[in-house]
Amino acid sequence: MEAFLHQVLAGLATGGIYASLALALVMIYQATHLVNFAQGEMAMFSTYIAWSLIDAGLPYWAAFALTVVIAFVLGVVIERVVIRPVENAPVLAVVVVFIALLVILNSVTGWIYTYTIKTFPSPFPEQPLFGIKYMSSHEMGAIGVTLAVLLLLYAFFRFTPLGLAMRAAAQNPESSRLVGIRVGWMLALGWGLAAAVGSVAGMMVAPIVYLDPNMMGGILLYAFAAALVGGVDNPGGAVFGGFLVGVLENVLGAFVIGNELKLAVALVLIIGVLVVRPSGFFGKVYVTRV
Amino acid sequence: MALLEVTQLHAAYGQTRVLHGISFAMEAGSITTLLGANGAGKTTTLRALCAMVKTQGDIRFAGERIDGRATEDIVRLGIAHVPDGRGTFVNLTTEENLRLGAYTRRDGEAVEADLERVYGYFPRLKERRAQQAGTLSGGEQQMLAVSRGLMLRPKLMLLDEPSFGLAPLVVRELFAILRAVNERERVSLLVVEQNAALALELADHAYLIETGRVVLSGTADEIKRNDAVRSSYLGY
Repeated sequence: MEAFLHQVLAGLATGGIYASLALALVMIYQATHLVNFAQGEMAMFSTYIAWSLIDAGLPYWAAFALTVVIAFVLGVVIERVVIRPVENAPVLAVVVVFIALLVILNSVTGWIYTYTIKTFPSPFPEQPLFGIKYMSSHEMGAIGVTLAVLLLLYAFFRFTPLGLAMRAAAQNPESSRLVGIRVGWMLALGWGLAAAVGSVAGMMVAPIVYLDPNMMGGILLYAFAAALVGGVDNPGGAVFGGFLVGVLENVLGAFVIGNELKLAVALVLIIGVLVVRPSGFFGKVYVTRV
Repeated sequence: MALLEVTQLHAAYGQTRVLHGISFAMEAGSITTLLGANGAGKTTTLRALCAMVKTQGDIRFAGERIDGRATEDIVRLGIAHVPDGRGTFVNLTTEENLRLGAYTRRDGEAVEADLERVYGYFPRLKERRAQQAGTLSGGEQQMLAVSRGLMLRPKLMLLDEPSFGLAPLVVRELFAILRAVNERERVSLLVVEQNAALALELADHAYLIETGRVVLSGTADEIKRNDAVRSSYLGY
């Protein structure tokens, strides 16, 4: 029972990370109806930037904050420079651009930092927090950080005029222009926010999976599964899907299928959802819009 | 000086030319209507004014040329377009739709006051303020579209078929409010309508458009008395 509880809680920690990345995917999907395959590599690249900043002597949280800002700017720049020109191109062309972005970011990172696996520090203490023995302090901290990010995003989209304008631009670009919203910039902002959220996911997962240019490959798959389970057009669903996938992956990996087949859980989920319920569990209900 | 002056306006969707040199003008504070059958180019004319379709020709708003500017910038000059099909943000609430109408304004307190004023015109919207706008009835969505336009505090409002799909009673209510808006708030209205009788009752000036050209213009009374208009558009 204790071991089971431990696995569930650890699953929640990684689940939060999947949820963040899934949310980043959904944010781009809502605005463009395309899944950004490079979302994971963007997060990975940002995590390397954080590593460089910490390596250069910056305190962890300063490096964390700076990385989020840099990732945001990078996201905006990528949208303006790379995505904008293919805005009206056929879907397949855009998908190829996404894949190219994935490969380029991966290789550039390998070229700059080498493919040697690096350790990435956790900002949380070694000893378990609050004397809770079922979870490491990093796992608890990661859940806390994830929830804080999700809450901030929710508040931003729900309560600020800019958040409202971004939601409007994503769902009805023409009407948005007619009320004066600069739709192009809202898209760029969306990319920036998604990249920023992804960078947090990267920094939270790096201490667990270690830092290397391919670290996000598997995680992006879990995030895809999470987004699909929740319904790829539903932010709240994606967050729920993230936690669900995290727990499933951990519990099944530990007790049923073994660690080697963990990634298969994500793939089975993806195929299963696509076959049985392509719109996901919450695909059509617009209850929470983060 | 005319508030809006359109000279030799051409527009096309790809290869299909829709407007063949339309010219018209309207005075500040007036209600002008563009009449015409399906496919005459009424909607395209309104879309052309807001740069939602590629155009050639000269469009002046308060003396300033606005053709070639982006839609978002034209809105900022005080032109509210209530589009064909109402343009509702269906997944947002009624109130969020209204707040979006005031997106370009920076006078927060006045926006709150305007929200109440708009609710005064359309109490039904106030009842449904927290409801998803996609679940409103057609009439309510038309009221919402007009209200969203009003939230801009526009100088000029472009209304595309405001009567479309509405029950006669709702239409009468809506047109009474449009008149009130024009009289009390000095908002000029450019109304596109298929229902010529209705539009001529509201408007003080009218232009008749046929296949992308203005074929007749005058005061609403003159147009109403024109024999060709009577037989083709008013049906008596």
